[in-house]
Amino acid sequence: MARRARASRIWYLLLVPPTVAPLLTPLYNRIEPTLWGLPFFYWYQLMCAVLAIVLITLVHLATRERRHGWQ
Amino acid sequence: MAVTVFLSLLGAMLLLGFAAARWRRPDDIHSLEEWGVGGRAFGNWVSWFLLGGTMYSAYTFVAVPALTYGVGAVGFFAVPFAIITTPLAFVFTARIWSVAHRHGLLTPGEFARARFGSPSLGALVALTGIVATMPYVAVQLLALKAVFRTVGVTGEWPLLIAVVMVSLSTFRSGLRAPALLSIAKDILLAWVVLSALLVVTMSSGWGEIFRRAGGWFATTPSPNDGLILSDTGQLGFVTLVAGSVLSVFAYPHAVTGMLAAKDRATVRRNIAASPIYCLVLGLMALLGFFALTEGIRPLDGDLNTVMPQMFQKLFPDWSAGIAYAALGVAALIPAAVMSISAANAFTRSIYRTYLRPGATTAEEARVSRWASLVVKFGALGVILLLQPSYAVDLQLIGGVIILQTIPAVFVGLATGWFDWRALVAGIITGLAAGLVLLWDIQQVGAGGVVVKAHFGGSSMPVGDTGSTVYVGVVALGVNLLVVTVLTLLLRLLRVPRGRDETTPDDYVADADDPMVKRLDEILDGLPARPVGAHARTAGSRSP
Repeated sequence: MARRARASRIWYLLLVPPTVAPLLTPLYNRIEPTLWGLPFFYWYQLMCAVLAIVLITLVHLATRERRHGWQ
Repeated sequence: MAVTVFLSLLGAMLLLGFAAARWRRPDDIHSLEEWGVGGRAFGNWVSWFLLGGTMYSAYTFVAVPALTYGVGAVGFFAVPFAIITTPLAFVFTARIWSVAHRHGLLTPGEFARARFGSPSLGALVALTGIVATMPYVAVQLLALKAVFRTVGVTGEWPLLIAVVMVSLSTFRSGLRAPALLSIAKDILLAWVVLSALLVVTMSSGWGEIFRRAGGWFATTPSPNDGLILSDTGQLGFVTLVAGSVLSVFAYPHAVTGMLAAKDRATVRRNIAASPIYCLVLGLMALLGFFALTEGIRPLDGDLNTVMPQMFQKLFPDWSAGIAYAALGVAALIPAAVMSISAANAFTRSIYRTYLRPGATTAEEARVSRWASLVVKFGALGVILLLQPSYAVDLQLIGGVIILQTIPAVFVGLATGWFDWRALVAGIITGLAAGLVLLWDIQQVGAGGVVVKAHFGGSSMPVGDTGSTVYVGVVALGVNLLVVTVLTLLLRLLRVPRGRDETTPDDYVADADDPMVKRLDEILDGLPARPVGAHARTAGSRSP
């Protein structure tokens, strides 16, 4: 039981990238490469939003609470 | 034409707000849980729209493009801020939901009280929340005013009518009114975003827009604007993002929408999908550059009018009317939710704690209704009586002061280690530090002329490095230092700590927990069963 709880905890590490990625300004504070004419600064951040959707959904599905357990 | 479309859509919306009182009507609307958090019974879809309606307000959709229009990359801070909020909210909002359901809590102040065993701390958190929320409501109304101005409806009366209408519908329907309106608003907003995309596609395209915007920023004298951040601008950007993220977890209205969700899974699913709103926000922010290259000029130098002006110039007349209506409703929904939350904070942490400890649920609901009116008309008064720029100053200060409740409210969700006396001291020193630092900030215009001597912004210089840092984060640092040192000291002196009424279990409880109140069955139209007795006796309400 405890091991299972720990295994489900590890999934939460997937929440770290979308939290940290938008803070790394030295990494993305540049114009090139552009995408559809958008400077890197802008499309990198929009991609972060997409990344957040994917990863949070994964964590949600992997750690869904079981529907019993409360006596 | 635009005016007709705008006014009739806005009118229809407000009628919808009134009708909301009948929507999913429970047996007993006269309790604060019914009025204030919609009976805690909203499902996936309603929660989703309410989340978008509350957090992505007209101020966001008007002010963010206005910022990118004015300064470029720095104005984009709202996007990383919104993104980072989601993974954190995924973890913390689920915890808030559970503990709030077990203890029947509605506001952050009540949580602080239950967690740290101190009514005074709870009242201080509530008071800070109310003071910070009031100017937030005021800037929403300013955004609405900017829309009215573009449409050509001048004077104070349209604003007054809109506020009276939305106040009455909130008074009657509680959180149900903004929830229902949010759905209608998002449909209008989707229309606006799609047509804006279409207009951009039919124009020169993003490559050309950014080339021209880059050229424009190169000609301005300010070193802080541009398509990317200046080297010295990065610290200011990152601290502003971090501070804004934390403040989301402290504003009373931020949690209201999620507390109305019917179970934990609803909260988690919604937050997993909420970065979609970040994409919309990013798109709106990019429109600021578009407006810049299309030669849109703000009315009377009021940057809030940039977006409405752009709709007027580039959209077909009737479509511009829809856009104005979307912005107008997007201003009124958060104003309604914020006033409800501030009112609940007053009722629960001040009225019931100090004035009438034995207040019945019906009395609570009545007090909250009237308090919500006071908040809205107070905000309206701020706008009508004071300089509009003064409301923006207050909003700026509000952001810094709400951050001071973070140790009690946000950190409190993770640990109950802090002592309540230390937290009170931390809030007070944090507030003082924040206000002093804000007071000292000057706004320097072109040619080094001081435009404003005090409250000129929220970024303070770091020595002579040329970098700036967000004041809220500095004040929060001071606050956390005081809290930590004082708590250690009190522990060393063996001063008895406040009683934590919550248990670790409380933070993971779900809707099928017998201790969690079951109001949802009646409201969601599921087979009625004797909920009342069960919920009332088993619910471990704090005494």
